[in-house]
Amino acid sequence: MSPFLFWIFAGLMLVFGAGVVLNRNPVASALSLVVSFLGLAALFMSLDAYFIGIIQVLVYAGAVMVLFLFIIMLLDLRAEKLRKINWLASAGGIAVAVALSVQILYVIGNFRFSQQPFPPLARSTVDDVHHVGSLLFENYNLPFQIIGVLVLVATIGVVVLSKRELR
Amino acid sequence: MDYFLITTSLLKILGILFVIILPMVSYTIYAERRVSAFIQDRVGPNRVGPAGLFQPVADIAKLLFKEDFSPRNANTFYYWLAPCLALIPAIVTFAVVPFGSTLFGVPMVIADINVGILFVFAIASLGVYGIVLGGWASNSKYPFLGGVRSSSQMISYELSLGLAVIPIFLVVGQLRLTDVVRYQIDHGWMIAPFLGDWTNPAKWLLAIPMLVSFVVFSVAIFAETNRLPFDLPEAEQELAGGYNTEYSSMKFGLFFLGEYAAMITGSAIVVTLFFGAWHLPIPSWHGGFHWALIDGSGDGWRGILGGLFNIATFFAKVAVLLFVFIWVRWTLPRFRYDQLMRLGWVFFFEIALVNIFITAIILAYYPA
Repeated sequence: MSPFLFWIFAGLMLVFGAGVVLNRNPVASALSLVVSFLGLAALFMSLDAYFIGIIQVLVYAGAVMVLFLFIIMLLDLRAEKLRKINWLASAGGIAVAVALSVQILYVIGNFRFSQQPFPPLARSTVDDVHHVGSLLFENYNLPFQIIGVLVLVATIGVVVLSKRELR
Repeated sequence: MDYFLITTSLLKILGILFVIILPMVSYTIYAERRVSAFIQDRVGPNRVGPAGLFQPVADIAKLLFKEDFSPRNANTFYYWLAPCLALIPAIVTFAVVPFGSTLFGVPMVIADINVGILFVFAIASLGVYGIVLGGWASNSKYPFLGGVRSSSQMISYELSLGLAVIPIFLVVGQLRLTDVVRYQIDHGWMIAPFLGDWTNPAKWLLAIPMLVSFVVFSVAIFAETNRLPFDLPEAEQELAGGYNTEYSSMKFGLFFLGEYAAMITGSAIVVTLFFGAWHLPIPSWHGGFHWALIDGSGDGWRGILGGLFNIATFFAKVAVLLFVFIWVRWTLPRFRYDQLMRLGWVFFFEIALVNIFITAIILAYYPA
C-alpha cells in the first residue's frame, strides 16, 4: 500500500470526523460522517480487504446514513443551530479528549512491537470474500445463526412496538 | 508503479466516459422523445439535422446558455453539490462492468475487482444523496417531498435488488463480474439455457429461478432509477417535477444526465448478469454443432475486429434494454405511493427470498 494514499485517506477521515462534531447543521454533520466512512472504506481497500471496504460503503454510507439523513430532514432539526455553545462544557470535553490521546500516545510510544517495522504480510491465495464466507459458515456457524435469531427478534419487536395503539 | 496499467486504465476511463456514456445519454434522450412521439402518434423532434438527429446538440447548447437561477432561500452549498452527487455514482458504477473481451490484449474492464457486484450496489446506493440533498437544499415544498419519497423508495428497492442477484452468485460461485461472464460463455446465458451446454438438465431447471431473478432485478432497477411506473420522486402532476423543480440550466441538465446515466449502467448490469455481457453466440458446424465464440484473442486484425465486435455487441444489448425502459415509460401508468411500497416490501422481497431457497435446493440436487 502506498503511504501517500494512506495519509490522504487518513487525513480525509480525520478532517471530516472533526466536521461531524464541529458542524452546527445536522445535515452537514451527517454528510461529513458519510465522507469519513468513505475514507475508512478506502483504507480497508488499500489493505486488500475489498469485501470489508465495500460492505462499509454499502451498509453505513449507503443505507444507515441515508436513514439518518431522512430522519434529520423529516424532523427539520433547527434547535442545534440556535443553541448557545457552553464554553465550560466544551473546554472540559476538549481536556478529556486531549488527556485520552496523550495516554494513547504514551502507551503506543512505550509499546515494544510498535518500534520495529513489520515484515510485509504474505499474500493470501484465497479470495477474501471466500475467506470471510468460510470462516462465518464453518468456524463460527453457531454464533452466526444466533445473531440471525437475535436480529429477527429485534425486527419483530420493532414491528410490535410501532403497531401498538397509543392510549 | 505500473505505467502500462495506469495509461490503459486512463484511456479506458476517458473512452467509456466521453466516447460512449455521454453520447449514449444524449441519444437516449433523443430516442426517448422520438419513441414517445411514435407511441402517442406524434412526430417528435425532427427539425434539427436529418430526422432531428442533431437535436441533442441543440439541447445541450440550450441548457448551457440558459440563465442559471438559484432560489433566494436555497442552501447554496448543498444546492450546488446535489447535481454532482446525482451524476457521479451513476458513472463510477461503470468501472467494474466488463464491456468487452480484450482489445490489443488489454481486458475491456476498468477495474476487475473480486467484489464487483457489491461495488455496484455500494456506489449505486450513494446516488440517493444527490436527489435527497437537491430536494432539501431547494428549500421548497414539492422538491422536498420528491427527495423524501426518493430516499424511502430507494431503500425499499435496494433490498430486492440485492436479494435478486444472490441466486446468480450461488450458481457461479464468484462475485467477480468477469467470472459471471466467463460462466455464461461456458454454460450459456443465465436466462437462455439453450445456449452453451444445453444438454445439461440442471441448466434448464436453473433457468426458472434465473428468470424470476431477472424480473425482480429489472423491476427494482426501474425503481432505483426513478423511472415510470415508479417515478414518484418526480411525478409531474403531483410534485411539479419533484426534486429538480427549483433547478435550471446545466444544474438541471446534470440531474437529467445522472438519471439517464443510471439507466445506462443499470441496463449494463442487467446485460452482464443475465444476457452474457459481450458474448454473442454464433451457431457453427465445424465437425458437429457448437456455438462459436468470437473474442479479442485472435492475432492481428482478427483479434482487433473481434474485440471491437464484442464491445459493439455489449452496447447493442444495452441499447435494446434502454428501448425497453422507454417503451415501459410511455405504456404503463404510474403506481400510487402505498402500492409502490407494498409491491416492494410484500411482493418482490418475498419472491426474491424464496427464489434463493429454490436455487439452493436445485444446486444441492445437481452440484456443479
